[in-house]
Amino acid sequence: MPRDKREQMKKVADIRLESQIGEEERFWDLMRRMARENKTALLSFAVIVLMTLAAVFAPLLTPYTEKQMDLMNRLAAPSAKHLLGTDEGGRDVLTRLLFGTRVSLLIGVVPALLSLLLGAVLGVLAGYKGGLTDAVIMRIADVTLAFPSMLLAMVIMYSLGGGIMNVFLTLTLVNWANVARVVRAHTLRLKNSEFAEAARAIGVPGRKIMQRHILPNCLPSLLVLFTLNIPASILTESSLSFLGLGIQPPNASWGLMINTGRQYLYNAPWLCFVPGAAIMLIVLAFNFLGNGLLDVLDPRQKKQ
Amino acid sequence: MEQTVLEVKNLTVSFHTEKGVILPVNGVTLTVPAGKIVGVVGESGCGKSMTARAIMGLVKYPGKVTGGKIFLCGKEITQLPEKERRRLRGSEISMIFQEPMTSLNPVVKVGKQVDEAVRLHTPCTRAEAKQKTLNMFREVEIPEPEARYNCYPHQLSGGLRQRVMIAMAMICRPRLLIADEPTTALDVTVEAQILKLLEKLRDAGTSVLLISHNLGVIARTCDEVSVMYAGRIVEHGETAALFEKPLHPYTRGLLRSVASLRAGGETLQTIPGVVPNLLHLPKGCSFSLRCEKCGADCEEKVPELRQIAPGHFARCFLAEKEGKE
Repeated sequence: MPRDKREQMKKVADIRLESQIGEEERFWDLMRRMARENKTALLSFAVIVLMTLAAVFAPLLTPYTEKQMDLMNRLAAPSAKHLLGTDEGGRDVLTRLLFGTRVSLLIGVVPALLSLLLGAVLGVLAGYKGGLTDAVIMRIADVTLAFPSMLLAMVIMYSLGGGIMNVFLTLTLVNWANVARVVRAHTLRLKNSEFAEAARAIGVPGRKIMQRHILPNCLPSLLVLFTLNIPASILTESSLSFLGLGIQPPNASWGLMINTGRQYLYNAPWLCFVPGAAIMLIVLAFNFLGNGLLDVLDPRQKKQ
Repeated sequence: MEQTVLEVKNLTVSFHTEKGVILPVNGVTLTVPAGKIVGVVGESGCGKSMTARAIMGLVKYPGKVTGGKIFLCGKEITQLPEKERRRLRGSEISMIFQEPMTSLNPVVKVGKQVDEAVRLHTPCTRAEAKQKTLNMFREVEIPEPEARYNCYPHQLSGGLRQRVMIAMAMICRPRLLIADEPTTALDVTVEAQILKLLEKLRDAGTSVLLISHNLGVIARTCDEVSVMYAGRIVEHGETAALFEKPLHPYTRGLLRSVASLRAGGETLQTIPGVVPNLLHLPKGCSFSLRCEKCGADCEEKVPELRQIAPGHFARCFLAEKEGKE
């Protein structure tokens, strides 16, 4: 039976190849492990996905629009018509909440991404070049970190004025320094690693070493930092909007909703509680997911 | 083809530390003829790797090349600006390292890493680069090159990784390959394979500077050997002559301290003392503190590297006498 034998040989060869591959866990294996072992992280991920869907399909989920006023129906209690009641202008709270999700998610993701990019580029430059470049970049980072971040954000927002673009800019300027520090620390370690050395020995220029050899090795830490930056941004935006410095009415934002609802705390408590609960939910979800990622991607950092 | 691929004259590397200036490489002169494997042997910290780094132009701060000249195929490269030095690396001189485990980027497929080396030095498309890489993989005897191309470093064994490193270093056909302890991290069977591969590369026209502390590796592979001690070359000669009739007491000490299967029951000999601190080198010969035949001259003056027999040099006042014994 030569054919059977050949097939068997092939099978053995396959097994050998497979047993060599998969020695170490790849990214998706890690994600699967996290989902299996860490139910909180999995639930958090589901919450985030649901909220994202709600934000994307907000107009389809409600018969009202966010700015549509109904002055005959101000401060109505939750009912079948308005599931979460109405606010002082008679606008549907659920609708505003859904539209507010868009703002909050954007505020969470965009500045986190921008500060990640800025911080990663500056951090890798500082770490790799060293000397004066390092000193200048890191001193600026130190100054940024020395300010209480809320105060810094308020100062920037005061000078630039409200509006979503300015919130993006502000949060990026507040958050980049943390990322830069982490990336710089990794770069200092990686630039002297043997593989960076080997890359230099075949003539790879510094720019390419940073791009191809150092930054990809920082990705796990960056991913964790990204998920932990998102809730921080959301909270800061809520605080800024609550103080009247963030998103301007009549646009909807959760912080803004709490701020306007504050005046009616006793006769219409849902105006504050509903967006407050939403902020809590999304911040917790991102934090739990971030911690879950930290567990599987960066076990050393967790132990410290 | 030129006769000499690499010529190093009086190379000095200095480190300015808080406690003073040290010279891990102190006036090293080396020649690598075309189509030969030249060995550099010595203890840890004697300056072997620093010499290699200096030749590559990769000495790290606070170290600095402060003297001497390096000629590659007759052209001086010591004064070249960094950009041109970089262009030489990988295309004219390449280097492989001790630790194949950590010398490859863990998050990039090995095939892609070798591609990078091709595309840096020769203009070509991705497909051409891949083709070249696969051919090189075959040349360094990596089994199933197509499957390995898409592997990540952690999926390969140490020997395979060292083969990938060699492929990466050799892909642009450099004139000179510096192998810094290429087999130290590998077991003996794999070591033999890798050394055989180096010999094959030499026969294909690349000269090799092989750095090792393993006398066995040096003896079986190299055509010529230089022995380094405390930043200086203390003896140089053809491998057979040097192993048969070592002229410098340090070389003799090294050869005596190799365990032999035939010796049976004898205590393994060692060289008394330790390598001197480079900050406090003895005034005379740097080996004088450990040398059993150390005389008055040895403690006062630094001996020159002198030719004792044809092609056989030693840095010892007593070398002639030893040679006759």
